[in-house]
Amino acid sequence: MARTKRKTELAKVLTGIKGLDEITGGGLPKGRPTLLWGGSGTGKTFLAMEFLVRGALNYGEPGLFVAFEENAEELITNFYSIGFDLKGLVGHKKLVIDQISIGPGDFTETGVYDLEGLFIRLQGAIDAIGARRIALDAVGRLFSELSSSSIVRTELRRLLRWLKEKGITAVITAETENGLEHSGLVEYVSDCVVSLENRVRDRAATRYLRIVKYRGSSHVSDDVPFLIGDSGISVLPITSVAADYKVSAERIPTGIARLDTMLGGKGYFRGSSILVSGDAGTGKTSIAAHFAQATCKRGERCLFFAFEEFKDAIIRNMKSIGIDLKRWADNGLLQFENMRPTLFGLETHLTLMEKSIGEFKPQVVILDPFSNLMDVGSTKEVKSMVSRLMDYLKMNGITALFTDLSKGGKAIPQTEIGISSLMDTWVLIRSIEVNGEHNRLLYVIKSRGMAHSNQVREFLLTDKGVDLLDVYLGEAGVLTGSARAAQEMKDREAALLHKYESEVKRREFTRRKAAAEAQIAVLRAEIEAAEEELRRGTAEGHRAETGAGDSLKRMGKLRGADAA
Amino acid sequence: MDNWSKGAQGKPAHSQPEDAWKFQLYSAGETAKSRRAVANLRSICAQYLPSGYSIEVVDLLADPERAKTEAIIATPTVIRKSPPPEQRVIGDLSRTEEALKGLDIPHEGLPKNPR
Repeated sequence: MARTKRKTELAKVLTGIKGLDEITGGGLPKGRPTLLWGGSGTGKTFLAMEFLVRGALNYGEPGLFVAFEENAEELITNFYSIGFDLKGLVGHKKLVIDQISIGPGDFTETGVYDLEGLFIRLQGAIDAIGARRIALDAVGRLFSELSSSSIVRTELRRLLRWLKEKGITAVITAETENGLEHSGLVEYVSDCVVSLENRVRDRAATRYLRIVKYRGSSHVSDDVPFLIGDSGISVLPITSVAADYKVSAERIPTGIARLDTMLGGKGYFRGSSILVSGDAGTGKTSIAAHFAQATCKRGERCLFFAFEEFKDAIIRNMKSIGIDLKRWADNGLLQFENMRPTLFGLETHLTLMEKSIGEFKPQVVILDPFSNLMDVGSTKEVKSMVSRLMDYLKMNGITALFTDLSKGGKAIPQTEIGISSLMDTWVLIRSIEVNGEHNRLLYVIKSRGMAHSNQVREFLLTDKGVDLLDVYLGEAGVLTGSARAAQEMKDREAALLHKYESEVKRREFTRRKAAAEAQIAVLRAEIEAAEEELRRGTAEGHRAETGAGDSLKRMGKLRGADAA
Repeated sequence: MDNWSKGAQGKPAHSQPEDAWKFQLYSAGETAKSRRAVANLRSICAQYLPSGYSIEVVDLLADPERAKTEAIIATPTVIRKSPPPEQRVIGDLSRTEEALKGLDIPHEGLPKNPR
């Protein structure tokens, strides 16, 4: 049997508040009330106002803000300082701010009453601009100043029903201090409830909000950190809604030619994460700077989060090794963000970074030194934060380079190991001391998805940037620096000597060969002579023999030899 | 707009002195509550303000702007405009004691100094 899909999601209105629409699955319930509750200073009023402001600016929905506390002026000032001109919106009839002050003693109750006066006032304001959104800020005031909470509850319910009929989306804020009032509100404001909190830990405060209830809708139900920054509220979801992201096969240069060579000849994968770790002063930032430069040369944007040094110091230091970052900072492709790690909690840092990334839209992000952030939380927290940050970066195809200060010594600290498992590429720079001299070695410890060199290189900072040299592997092991230079000289000498000796030997051999050949020639000559002599002798002998025979015959004849 | 300007002795409003008692009763249309409030207010004034009084009944449905100008939230609301200082109460005035205290109307025969 085919399973029909029922449309259970109710109609929603987008809030336009960064991140909030994501975790609510499309915004707040349309034409219905949403309750925001939380302690004082948790951001309820701000959120309510931003809901109206965005509604007016982004979606053409005028809004009415009803302030039961004396905070209208403060709100106008606060929003103005982040670039929202509330007075201007009021002038353009996109917003009405109605401050309804309720002071103590205003309401001596002499019998039965209702809140029709309030309704008439609201209706007038709504009709004046055709408001589609309304915020009722600090309704608790009504409860605290009017002794008949049953009347207030009844009337509020009536108001919400009336707003529902008109299709106006309402946001109500209430404090949690008075348990009576908030439980009453939660009861019947049952479509959507959002709780806000300002949690302080280790003297760093982080704001959280949580969707306690959202009837008829799926939503993120975890505590979600958020930030009130200079462009309003940014909400950061903890779980990425889209878990899979496109993996790129494109390679981008590191900015150091020999490092590209070590990385399969082509450099880093786009969208990958790179960890550069090393002892203090080993030149990690220079690797980051080369990468930044290479990025900008391609016309891409690079966002450099500096957790220790200031922008100007970095630019100056890099200039001394021949990397001109100022040029790219000036033309806008390179942006620096200085951040003091201990000022905020990890969550806030994460939210701030995501906000900056979202605004600047870089292709490359550098975090130097990232390890400073690790002092702000436990290993587990840091790892959780890093993996969320990486999720965010990978989802957006951003290549990230993290530099990490290892705390000295040969052993690699636990944190480093933990973080390194999240990285695609890990480059390590080690400082070694030989004969009182500090030299540096660079290793590519791992680089996923590519064939990479597992050889070590000597790492030098020259006035033309980073240089990687082949390491000298002699009998004594790896040699670098002046020891290497000395050895190289020795080797040259030895080679020359060897050549010289060979030359000498060769000549000696030639000479001997010539001498031998000469001797042989002499011997041959002697042999020839002897042969000649022998030949002559033999010939004479023959003649002699023949002659002698003849003579004998003649004599015989002469002597009348009888028979011959 | 009804204008009950007769005092207990029938003096017309315009002839009353500056510090004469003046009340405004705000209601949202004519309802049982507002009728009760008007009746109760007249009764209280008749009983406790022999020197005279005036009552202006304001229908917010007809004149909604005044809800804003006078900061009316609950209805009925009765505002004592004169003699100063301004006092206000909400409700249908069925609780006479609270009404007298809230509007600062002298009662139980004790003279009250105008403030």
